[in-house]
Amino acid sequence: MLEAADTIIQGLLLGGLYALFAIGLSITYGVMRLVNIAHGDLLVLAAYLALWPVTSLHMNPFVAILPVVVLMFCLGYTLQRVILNRTMGTNFLAPMLATFGISIILRNGLQQIYHSDSRSFDIGALGVDSIHLGPYIAIGEFPLIVFVVSVILTLATSLLFSHTRIGVALRATSDDAQTAGLMGIRANRTYAIALGLSLALVAVGGVFAGMRTTFTPESGPASLLYAFEAVVIGGMGSLWGTFAGAVILGMAQGVGAKVGAGFGILAGHLVFLAVLAFKPTGLFERSR
Amino acid sequence: MMHENLAYVVSRSTAVSNAAVWLGVAAAVVAVAVPWLPYFGSPAFMRWATEVMCYLILAQMWNLMAGYAGLMSVGMQAFVGVGGYSVFIFAQHLGVNPFLSIPIAGVMAAVAAALTSPLVFRMRGGYFAIGTWVLSEVFRIGFSNVSALGGGSGQSLTVMTRIDRSTREIAIYLIAATTLILASVGINLLLRSRFGLGLTALRDSEAAAESQGVDVRLLKLQVYTLSSLGAGLVGAIYYTSVLRISPFAAFDLNWVVAATFIVVIGGIGAVEGPIVGAAIFFALRWLLADYGTWYWLVMGSVAVIVIMFAPAGVWGYIRGRWDIQLLPLQRRLVLLGPSKPGGASAAPSPHRRTGAWQG
Repeated sequence: MLEAADTIIQGLLLGGLYALFAIGLSITYGVMRLVNIAHGDLLVLAAYLALWPVTSLHMNPFVAILPVVVLMFCLGYTLQRVILNRTMGTNFLAPMLATFGISIILRNGLQQIYHSDSRSFDIGALGVDSIHLGPYIAIGEFPLIVFVVSVILTLATSLLFSHTRIGVALRATSDDAQTAGLMGIRANRTYAIALGLSLALVAVGGVFAGMRTTFTPESGPASLLYAFEAVVIGGMGSLWGTFAGAVILGMAQGVGAKVGAGFGILAGHLVFLAVLAFKPTGLFERSR
Repeated sequence: MMHENLAYVVSRSTAVSNAAVWLGVAAAVVAVAVPWLPYFGSPAFMRWATEVMCYLILAQMWNLMAGYAGLMSVGMQAFVGVGGYSVFIFAQHLGVNPFLSIPIAGVMAAVAAALTSPLVFRMRGGYFAIGTWVLSEVFRIGFSNVSALGGGSGQSLTVMTRIDRSTREIAIYLIAATTLILASVGINLLLRSRFGLGLTALRDSEAAAESQGVDVRLLKLQVYTLSSLGAGLVGAIYYTSVLRISPFAAFDLNWVVAATFIVVIGGIGAVEGPIVGAAIFFALRWLLADYGTWYWLVMGSVAVIVIMFAPAGVWGYIRGRWDIQLLPLQRRLVLLGPSKPGGASAAPSPHRRTGAWQG
């Protein structure tokens, strides 16, 4: 019984990491109906961007997150401005195909530079230290930190959307880009901010993922699928819904892995398909 | 133009397109004759040609879905894999003739698509695209766990050793060529039919098509199942030809990446697109053969540039510039001048712009 509780708690904490993967995807879909196929590869790119300061400058990986977040925001802003805005129109296909191309460029570019060797960030004892709650339940310190950061960032993003001028612009453009344009909100710029924000958040997830486990240039697709599943399970239009979706996905994977080695990821996929079958609008849908 | 008894004919072909049809027939005859030709009949050439044809068929299927039905799939490899594995199940484990197993495998892929369609069709647009990818991953993990099929490491098609090597190679090549010819002719006839008219309407505007009585949902489902049949045949042919299958290869994302790039570069939503795209795709692969991952870097970049600056692809650009149609699907109203029937002055300009239904 207590062992089961432990599995659930580990899954919940893993869900915190997946929330960092997923919130960015939720934002771009919410604001501009863009399903960014390169999302996972951009996450991996963020981890590789942190690799240089960590290995060459011996920067603490937690500190390295800051410059990477700034870089990824700029990259997102530029990608949207230079490439994706040109393809945005009435059809969802063109921007999505562009992100598919970007995804392949990134994956093979990273492969070219870093080869297939798996990398990770050494966080010393923090990686193994845990807080013991009785004989069966141990909460890892690092997963707990990730979870808390994830909650804080979700809250911050949610406040950004509800309480700032940028948030108002993002929501207005999401509702009706043309009318927002009449009010002086430039959709092109708002979209660029949305992708920048999305990549800034996923950068945190990418570096954390590199501390938790290893990554290779091929890690992108799996990360994209987890992020996507979390968004769909959670339902449209709610950041906390996405957060909850990520937690459910994490728990499903945790329970699956307990059932048998190699079943963790499958269990996550199956929960996703079950949600599609029984509640295709997601569990926590909120019409925005 | 408001003439009461204006004479006209509805034309579905042009001089260029008539030539193209004969060229196509000639190409088909040559393709079927390849095994008996010197040099081209070599095993190496036939293996290469089989692979090219597999990619071309897959690209046509992807184009049918994305270009006409508005269904972008990132999970087509699901049905390539099911097709490939079905050959191994039927030929290796159930003792069915390997060549007969290929069409059966295509049908199995179509069945798998139809059975799982209620799930993936709950998603639309971009969600559908990634959703099909998740489905493909589920299939991959599923097949990895069947130990009778070799689990994660896959297995070889050892029953094929009973067939003489050259017979085997020629037979697979001919099956690939026949499938390609049937798929090409089939798609063309399909798009010229009532079904194709619905699809073309759907491509141009889903809402408008629905308002004209097109059963959009049914049409999308039919296209999805049909393309999965094609993808299944591709998997069956390819893995019978290489004699070995593994979950990672069979459900590899690169299948759909290749199909997507071929169609995007060639021209999405045009029957000629995949042919032009495949030519560019394989030319680049040949040029960059020695540079490893650079090949995919270049392909990705070309695709992004095409999407940004020539969204209708290379073929769309050519068509827009010179008004060439090799395989026209549209009907053109050719006016016959009232006084001078077939007069050169009346005919050329109207059917270029006003008289043509963009099809």
